[in-house]
Amino acid sequence: MLSRVADSIYWMSRYVERAENLARFVDVTHNMSLDLPRGSEQQWGALVYASGDQEYFEKHYGKPTRENVTQFLTFDPEYSGSILSCVQAARENARSVRESISSEMWEQLNQFYLTVCDAARAGLPESPNDFYLHVKNSSHLFVGITVTTFSQGEAWHFSRLGRVLERADKTSRILDVKYFTLLPSVADVGTPIDDLQWSAVLRSVSGFEMFRRRHHGITPKRVVGFLVLDRQFPRAIMHCVDTAFRSLHSISGSPQGTFWNIAEKQLGQLRSELAYSTVDEIIAIGLHEFLDSLQTKLNDIGGGIHQSFIAMNPDGQAKPSITTEA
Amino acid sequence: MNQSQTNATQLNFRGYDTKGFFDELIDEHDKPRLGAELLLRKFEELPDEEILQRQQMAERSLFQMGITFNVYGDNQGVEKIFPFDLVPRIIASEEWNRLERGLKQRIRALNLFIDDIYHDQKIIKDKVVPEVMLKSAKSFREQCIGINPPAGIWCHITGTDLVRDKDGTIYVLEDNLRCPSGVSYVLQNRFIMKRSFPWLFDASNVRPVLDYPGRLFQLLEYLAPEGIESPTVAVLTPGVFNSAYYEHSFLAQQMGVELVEGRDLVIHDGYVCMRTTKGFQRVDVLYRRIDDDFIDPKAFREDSMLGVPGLMEAYRNGRIALANAPGTGIADDKVIYAYVEKLIKYYLNEDAIIPNVPTYVCYDDKEREYVLANLDKLVVKAANEAGGYGMLIGPHASEDERRKFADLIQENPRNYIAQPTLSLSRIPTIVEDKFEGRHVDLRPYILYGEDIFVLPGGLTRVALKKGSLVVNSSQGGGSKDTWVIGSSPQQSQSQQQS
Repeated sequence: MLSRVADSIYWMSRYVERAENLARFVDVTHNMSLDLPRGSEQQWGALVYASGDQEYFEKHYGKPTRENVTQFLTFDPEYSGSILSCVQAARENARSVRESISSEMWEQLNQFYLTVCDAARAGLPESPNDFYLHVKNSSHLFVGITVTTFSQGEAWHFSRLGRVLERADKTSRILDVKYFTLLPSVADVGTPIDDLQWSAVLRSVSGFEMFRRRHHGITPKRVVGFLVLDRQFPRAIMHCVDTAFRSLHSISGSPQGTFWNIAEKQLGQLRSELAYSTVDEIIAIGLHEFLDSLQTKLNDIGGGIHQSFIAMNPDGQAKPSITTEA
Repeated sequence: MNQSQTNATQLNFRGYDTKGFFDELIDEHDKPRLGAELLLRKFEELPDEEILQRQQMAERSLFQMGITFNVYGDNQGVEKIFPFDLVPRIIASEEWNRLERGLKQRIRALNLFIDDIYHDQKIIKDKVVPEVMLKSAKSFREQCIGINPPAGIWCHITGTDLVRDKDGTIYVLEDNLRCPSGVSYVLQNRFIMKRSFPWLFDASNVRPVLDYPGRLFQLLEYLAPEGIESPTVAVLTPGVFNSAYYEHSFLAQQMGVELVEGRDLVIHDGYVCMRTTKGFQRVDVLYRRIDDDFIDPKAFREDSMLGVPGLMEAYRNGRIALANAPGTGIADDKVIYAYVEKLIKYYLNEDAIIPNVPTYVCYDDKEREYVLANLDKLVVKAANEAGGYGMLIGPHASEDERRKFADLIQENPRNYIAQPTLSLSRIPTIVEDKFEGRHVDLRPYILYGEDIFVLPGGLTRVALKKGSLVVNSSQGGGSKDTWVIGSSPQQSQSQQQS
């Protein structure tokens, strides 16, 4: 398939997933702040911190409050990381590959975008849960339509690759921010603490019930183990990395356990690292440090994919092979 | 009509005004034209709210399908649809069959003309077309001299603009032989109409149009260089910011081929290749929707960022087929247009089945004299301009504008033609909550490959502003579905899908 098309499909999926995760972020923070004393804006500051765009935020909004952080992450048309901007970017990518995806995928994403635009014009209602639920469901619907209408060849694998890499990154960020807020002292690890707050974190990644079935009682360590290392839960980092790994090998056709390009090497290394880690080791390194390094690796993998499949230069490539099959 | 209907509806054809114009659905005695009875009756039977609701649903589904134009400078979701009107145009099969024959005749002659112009130029030597017309035509491409496109076909995809005057005569207004657009709207309009009025289709025997992408693909495959068993076909677009981008992507999608931009293509070992995730892959046929000027900076405009450097050389060496062939623009030059009836006679020894609009060539002394004396009655067009630029509509122009054009014509007579002002036919159109007559034209699409195929009907464009003759989407134009009613000669033998 065309490199440009592969790139757009990959980013289309990434942006949809990103919008969904933003909705989860903001929504869980709204929920949790209801249980906290009024005037404690620390959680909202943490969200801005997690966005990595504090400078932009301070310049345009000043001190973080519930209202302005919500606006910033949801509808700010100038900020490229808002839900509105992500859905728009997803749709623009889809528009440039309409011929390669199913019309159902395009129409749903277009509809998604139009609804978010309408909501942005109307402004967020008093209780914004419904809106975030809508974003989440629209993303799920898009994924469902993708799975049921899109031939599962190379293009489909690029779309899945984009989705799970984005998800792995975002799960790590939710965990990082909430762990930091909820557990200022390492000594508390392993002690049963505020059940309510931790179950909110699990719910924010739709993982509450699945966690319960596996672990029953909530401890921070178990939550970390579940969200980082679980192989079966679809939003757990290990599961995402494993899925990305399989898609990448389907794209290049190389046997698992070997690598033909830089992206496969990087992803294979990360997968092994996770596969042979325990939650105790992660906590010993320091969860924040661990997650930080994980995010860097995920970033590098994105760069590796670009280098291996997209940025093909006719002059730079050593010996381009001419293939006649599509 | 249908006097039994007594409820106080507005959306009916009582009092519908056809005076002074040819109406496509209703004749001068307020009777439905051939083929339109059922349609008009059904529309009268439907309650107003239901018609309006369907009209709204149609518009909404265009938004949902994302068939929209961007409004530039605003990225906050202000997009517009190409307006669509629910009342279709109807063409009875007898009339259509004649038009179809006329269009095929015209395209055969124009193709022979292009081939002649880039080879022996017999038509110039025989003085049917004056040499100066060719020499001064901006759309003549020296780079194409001596090229032999597959099967001698240059203009594979054509959209010919037809208009009907007051007396009912249909004329060819313009040939579009470069990159005619609009066919995707024909298909989408039909899709929407089928969804809005399934029972009407059931009863009406409308000729199908949805096989167009399949036919287009067949044509493109047919053009592939010899010896290639399953050729790789792609659509070449200027990119997502082009106003016809939707159509490019729609056609690629419907044909199941890649949609490429110039930056996706490279010339490798003399062949045109796409950059894919697995390396370079050869392309054999390009349906290019980029103008000649921009297609190859090495052969044409150096500053083009859209094209593929070296494409023309690969084309000349027979390593890639291009549809349409570069150079076809010479045959839709506005002055060459004036000679098309003579071309038909010259190449085919036939009389034109569909006439040209009577055209005065200002290069000719006598005709120029007439034009200058009658500027207030004529439409003057510059040969090398398109999209309504460089045009004078005499009856609506000021004294000053007419004087300015008189000077322009005298300075460069070769560059101008003039035609009488036609009074375009009208058709009932939903305007707020009633039917009013609005002016229309018609663009049928013709595919020239192993044989010539004319898509039944075509794009009916309608000027939505009262009294306006401008059907362009940028100036308040919309479109309608076009129904050719009744079986085609071939069809009556073997029933096709609908």
